Amino acid sequence: MSSTDISLNKDVHHAHDEHDHHHDQNFFEKYIFSQDHKVIAKQFLFAGIFWGFIGGFLSIIFRLQLGWPEATFTFLEPILGGWIVNGKLDPEFYLALVTMHGTIMVFFVLTAGLSGTFSNFLIPLQIGARDMASGFMNMLSFWIFFLASVVMFWSLFLETGPAGGGWTVYPPLSALPQAISGSKGGMTMWLISMALFIASQLLGGVNYITTVINLRTKGMSMTKLPLTIWAFFLTAILGLLSFPVLLSAALLLIFDRSFGTSFFLSDIYIAGEALANTGGSAILFQHLFWFLGHPEVYIVILPTFGIVSEVIATNARKPIFGYRAMIGSMLGISVLSFVVWAHHMFVTGMNPFLGSVFMFLTLIIAVPSAVKVFNWIATLWRGNIRFTTAMLYAIAFVSLFISGGLTGIILGNSALDIQLHDTYFVIAHFHLVMGAAAFFGMFCGIYHWFPKMFGRMMDEKLGALHFWLTFLSAYLVFMPMHYIGIAGFPRRYYSWTGFDAFNTFTDLNSFISIAAILGFTAQLIFLFNFVYSIFKGRRATANPWHSNTLEWTTPVNPGHGNWPGEIPTVYRWPYDYSKPGAAEDYIPQNVPYSQTQSSNLPYERELE
Amino acid sequence: MSTSTTLEEPKTGTWDGGNEPLKASYGKLMMWFFLLSDAFTFAAFLIVYGLSRHSHLPYTGSPEEFQFSTEWWPIPEKVFNAFPGFHGVDLPLAFVALMTMILILSSVTMVLAVEAGHRMDKNDVQKWLLWTILFGGTFLGCQAWEWTHFIVGTEEGMLLADGTRIFGANMTMNQYGPPLFANLFFFITGFHGFHVTVGWILLVIAFISTVNGVYHKRGHYEMVEKIGLYWHFVDLVWVFVFTFFYLI
Repeated sequence: MSSTDISLNKDVHHAHDEHDHHHDQNFFEKYIFSQDHKVIAKQFLFAGIFWGFIGGFLSIIFRLQLGWPEATFTFLEPILGGWIVNGKLDPEFYLALVTMHGTIMVFFVLTAGLSGTFSNFLIPLQIGARDMASGFMNMLSFWIFFLASVVMFWSLFLETGPAGGGWTVYPPLSALPQAISGSKGGMTMWLISMALFIASQLLGGVNYITTVINLRTKGMSMTKLPLTIWAFFLTAILGLLSFPVLLSAALLLIFDRSFGTSFFLSDIYIAGEALANTGGSAILFQHLFWFLGHPEVYIVILPTFGIVSEVIATNARKPIFGYRAMIGSMLGISVLSFVVWAHHMFVTGMNPFLGSVFMFLTLIIAVPSAVKVFNWIATLWRGNIRFTTAMLYAIAFVSLFISGGLTGIILGNSALDIQLHDTYFVIAHFHLVMGAAAFFGMFCGIYHWFPKMFGRMMDEKLGALHFWLTFLSAYLVFMPMHYIGIAGFPRRYYSWTGFDAFNTFTDLNSFISIAAILGFTAQLIFLFNFVYSIFKGRRATANPWHSNTLEWTTPVNPGHGNWPGEIPTVYRWPYDYSKPGAAEDYIPQNVPYSQTQSSNLPYERELE
Repeated sequence: MSTSTTLEEPKTGTWDGGNEPLKASYGKLMMWFFLLSDAFTFAAFLIVYGLSRHSHLPYTGSPEEFQFSTEWWPIPEKVFNAFPGFHGVDLPLAFVALMTMILILSSVTMVLAVEAGHRMDKNDVQKWLLWTILFGGTFLGCQAWEWTHFIVGTEEGMLLADGTRIFGANMTMNQYGPPLFANLFFFITGFHGFHVTVGWILLVIAFISTVNGVYHKRGHYEMVEKIGLYWHFVDLVWVFVFTFFYLI
């Protein structure tokens, strides 16, 4: 046995007594405080879906306000209670809605829900490990996230409302409880929740990184890793280096809020009264925030890069085009993500020269991004494409990533950004490129790995219906937003009917809202399909997609320890699809070259 | 050429899987990555310090005539010049230098404890851990005194424009200079002190486990080594904090 197995014997509980098993785990050990990465992944997935629906629902409420600003919403009183004042949505609650929508979607769904689910589920399965390096810390990671979720969820029910200063919580607005009701208790709970969230990310992150470095099975070199693993690995590194800076900013803000310090506050008059705070800088917070905030958008999108690469190669029945270029571009994006944060701050009065430096660095990101897009398209090119639901989502991901990425080039220009800053153009841009695209990547992953997670298949017809409705509504919502954004329509405004310039956009805004409601409703199809398939779906085979990676060499329902016998050994890269001369159109990674002599290439003959 | 019945062996290079490419167990790797992450937290705080200080005016007069004022950032030698038992004597940075020495000494004894762990010498591990705990505790005690002195202030205090005097420092005002000076002092040395306290508690736990022979039965003292990594890191951070607050 290799040294890995030996160390695993003592580190992973009963990894080896799986097939002569006798240790009966009780319900709590098995489903609640489980240390099995697969169960933890599902816990993250369920939490992510729960938050996804909350976040989506909040957006529907503020879309109602934006689409029909003159309407009365008395029918929402049963749900929103005191937030409906005389039939109108309370303006401060509107701000809380957009804040919580952003926070929930970015952090709780697309960071924890996405990385938490797929990094946890796929890393051990695809690298050939029995579990994460530390199952206990992995469990802790989920439960701290759960605690963060409870605090954030609770804040929704405060009388003064949840945080309302925008998901970026810029001081001084967020630092002064007397500024708006959204800066009172809700803001405190936001900060506590985020501090817990960061601790959870850290525990998860060190686990992912260490597992990928130390627990790869024999033969699984870094250049034989599936691209998913590379993506999760780099995501974890980004999180490890950027979240601590958000922690710094959050802690300093907590002190400003609660202990009278002036790190971010200076020379403020509020309600005609001068505050004692002096010497601090609000811009400093923005620098600290965006040092996290920019890598954060790659934390959201990188895992989906990996998922989509994997699904496209599998379902186009072709090797991924430019495997090493894919790794290189992800590395490039990861490095660049740390040196572009100030492109969120072009209008803060920074030195224009500095702005041009950040603009230059920002635009360079277009290069690795384009490499990835062209590689996906080249992989699809003349492929033997199977349009599974996961594949539909993967292809749509590429589409959304292009549409949203192109406007990124526009916004990355400091001169253009000054015009477009804080308009709906920005909203449209980042919702397409990291919001909708990341959601599509997540759906892609769920549909693709559902058989391995639950041993059953999701319904493909409902999946296709869900896909087309979601795809259509994503474009119908965000495409028109570009136009109202170019016209100068500002984001986060509760009411815009007072401005003549924007009255002509009433129809367009109602249209967007209708599309948004359609999109949200379509997710109920997904929810039904998901829950129904867990219990009643068609039973899956061990490798339903004829895929090459190691997770498909496990039994239909892999137990604790993943493989009943020995861990498979890896001989080849994960993309041997449609290899000329091979018996089947796929050769799993654990098949030695000596068994595939008919398809071996000249240089592979030596490896036989 | 092999036949299809014999399986060829996969490659066995450093990064070919099935081994520990960095020659470190997962626990040590995790500690390293955690420290890397924590370094970013501290770096952010020190950057905040640097920028805050940069946005305030420096004192330009001669050092002899220096007076505390909210107009300029204070000279550290004039703030940190007290020493317990030497009331009224101007001993610039003497006490903090002593503190730093004690912390560095604790790092040395920590190295010795880790080294003794490699030799599986239980008695030596105990001895050196106890020294480390002692020095670490002394450092924390010194910091408590330093804070108390900073909070209570000097007898002269600072003369305000309206003729009143303020003494000492808290989160909203301080006698030594701009409020941010005290804010940052409390926050950053406090955050560091919190880290030392956590490390100290870990050391005590490790000491108890060593005495009970937990690590000896386990066959290795890796836990001591991991806590050692953390302890050295905290030490290193202090060097930076010290440089920023006291020297620059």
